[in-house]
Amino acid sequence: MRTLLLAFFMLFSTPALAGAQPPIIAAASDLQFALTEAAERFKAQTGAGVRLNFGSSGNFRRQIAQGAPFELYLSADEAYVFALHQEGHTLDEGTIYAIGRLAWLQRSQRGDLPDEAAPLAGVEQAIAASANGTRERIALANPEHAPYGVAAQQALSYASLWEPVAPLRVLGENVSQAAQFALADDARGGLVAYSLALAPALAQRSEYVLIPEEWHAPLRQRMVLTRQAGDVAKAFYAWLQEDEALAILKQYGFSTE
Amino acid sequence: MDWSALSVSLRLAALTCLFLLPVGIWAGRALATARFRGKGLCEALIALPLVLPPTVLGFYLLQQFGRDAPLGSVWATLTGGGLNFTFSGILLASLIANLPFAIQPIQRAFEHVPANLREAAWCSGLSPWQTLWRIELPLVWPGILSAAALTFAHTLGEFGVILMVGGAIDGETRTLAIAIYDRVQAFDEQGAARMSALLLFVSLTTLGLVYGLAGKRRWARG
Repeated sequence: MRTLLLAFFMLFSTPALAGAQPPIIAAASDLQFALTEAAERFKAQTGAGVRLNFGSSGNFRRQIAQGAPFELYLSADEAYVFALHQEGHTLDEGTIYAIGRLAWLQRSQRGDLPDEAAPLAGVEQAIAASANGTRERIALANPEHAPYGVAAQQALSYASLWEPVAPLRVLGENVSQAAQFALADDARGGLVAYSLALAPALAQRSEYVLIPEEWHAPLRQRMVLTRQAGDVAKAFYAWLQEDEALAILKQYGFSTE
Repeated sequence: MDWSALSVSLRLAALTCLFLLPVGIWAGRALATARFRGKGLCEALIALPLVLPPTVLGFYLLQQFGRDAPLGSVWATLTGGGLNFTFSGILLASLIANLPFAIQPIQRAFEHVPANLREAAWCSGLSPWQTLWRIELPLVWPGILSAAALTFAHTLGEFGVILMVGGAIDGETRTLAIAIYDRVQAFDEQGAARMSALLLFVSLTTLGLVYGLAGKRRWARG
């Protein structure tokens, strides 16, 4: 009993918030791998760590408006950043850090990879197959709050496939989950961020083809410091605009110009 | 292994137990012995988190915890901070979500204490407090233990409510269950598998210990 009590007290006497905690950063899930690598490099250089939270940009936009303690917000859609700025939650309008690309992703040996002229051939095949009773899912992020979901919807609409594909759509809570669904056994593939398709964890088990940029509105990804931003968050924000960070982003398929 | 998530989970589970067990003993005893109008409604309200989808509970709490909501504004005037996306917020949510796990086993145990035993104790000159400490609590001990174990294990595994209210912030509101979800999203299946195995082990050990102890006690009593 005494040891139990002792364990209890030790649990409470070591608060997780002892001292200065690294700043919390909210980032769109297409940055899952690129930003993790950037943060490691930043830590190696400056000794300062950051805590990364990945999710859908729309959810983070809501959470920041509700007072979530994020110090830096990397959105996949700049509209969310502008909205937060108008509501007075950010220091300024932030800056564009990358332009994202959309890609068709399917697992290796899933069949023919569509070529760049007709990157949505897999979707058309899945729709045709569903008429014969085989159901192959098409994955995308939820367009209601995930920018890559919006881009996917636009690309499918551009190809006049949005309505026909309706019964086959499976929506991820964010684009990373959509990539997961795209590689599942009963999926034909999915429309996800190019940056995820290039990540080593996925590259080994999947293939991709880029969707032409003209098929959807540009994925202008903007980052911004919130009103709670401290020195480390500000330093990281500045560092992300330097050559070394830009090189990492480029390596994951973002254009940075 | 995500140690900060493990630490958040353990602190959350331990604090939930610490706060809820006295409530469970008080409420469980009251519900077992007292008869009053609206008792059925009380029991239904306590059992509600068992059947309500965690996202529904989380959604209501998220609204109630906001700075403009009654509960959130009271909290803000008392502490100066908000409830959403904080450890205090997920603790409060966890206390509500775990009410049935803390109260029901204790209530069942108290219901098995014969009323005439209590009366006999009073006739022998014991005060109600002494009766509680020396007669009733030793008898309902297995019920309290199961309440503690269920509350602890359930808090460790809770996902929906915590994610809605807490927002999965590293080191503050990201619990082990959410960290597993995050690892899967990062395509780190090994990491997810390690943490899942730990959660499975801790849950099974907690429950096994309690059922083992309770069983031994029943056996000893014949």
